[in-house]
Amino acid sequence: MYTAASFTAGFVFGLGLLVSGMANPAKVLGFLDLAGAWDPSLALVMAGAVAVAAGAFALMKKRTRTLLGAPVLLPTPRRIDRRLILGSLVFGVGWGLAGICPGPALVLSGTGSAKGLVFLAAMIAGNGIFEFFERRAARA
Amino acid sequence: MSIAWNAFTPASALIGGAIIGAAAALFAVLNGRIAGVSGILGGLARPQAGDISWRIAFVAGLIAAPLAWRLLAALPEIRVDTSYFTLASAGLLVGIGTRYGGGCTSGHGVCGVSRMSPRSIVATLAFMAAGFATVYVARHLISQ
Repeated sequence: MYTAASFTAGFVFGLGLLVSGMANPAKVLGFLDLAGAWDPSLALVMAGAVAVAAGAFALMKKRTRTLLGAPVLLPTPRRIDRRLILGSLVFGVGWGLAGICPGPALVLSGTGSAKGLVFLAAMIAGNGIFEFFERRAARA
Repeated sequence: MSIAWNAFTPASALIGGAIIGAAAALFAVLNGRIAGVSGILGGLARPQAGDISWRIAFVAGLIAAPLAWRLLAALPEIRVDTSYFTLASAGLLVGIGTRYGGGCTSGHGVCGVSRMSPRSIVATLAFMAAGFATVYVARHLISQ
């Protein structure tokens, strides 16, 4: 049941990325190009998403179980630290180079795009590098 | 700055955004989790019993979306002008950065901002600022 709900959520998320233009790297770069011919569309993607999701998160904040009875596992950390900021900056540089973030990387790969697959493979490699250093730090 | 009115697609952006928000809402209400793609994918690097299938299902859903779309209609325009070398470098940075920073456009951007999490709002401002700066350097300083 949870697996089916999870697949559905991923599927709907992917459709939203396709409809919104977030899965089109050229359009994402057009949004990030403030100094050029700026395409503000993606600000509206964010606005539309937040407007719909905010109510659901407000509801779940008050509950300990989901509608399916699963425990609510929303993040609790509140610390704004070096990791958060440095990691987000590094991510932003990669996002600005390609116009692709993790969700669209998977959708692009689903279209069979060779460039999407190369990006996804590199992203998974980056994940592996992160894991390697995290585990080494944990042992030290 | 000049606005590219010909490229501006307010209706599909708002509708697509609302669909993304609905997916995040569905996931929160049914599974009680954040629809953060980098975290969902990253968790597969440390597989734990009972914590694998929902992750694979979410990822499979994202990959299945364009496949299903194609059965019914032509896919919307998708253009990647970036070279393979730049894509590979960008992918590495996105893979490392999203894990180190604990989230990406979906987890921090959509879900975190919807929850009004101060952490996610700071992360979103940071990756957006870095994205704007990177495109500025790449398009207006280097490739003149």
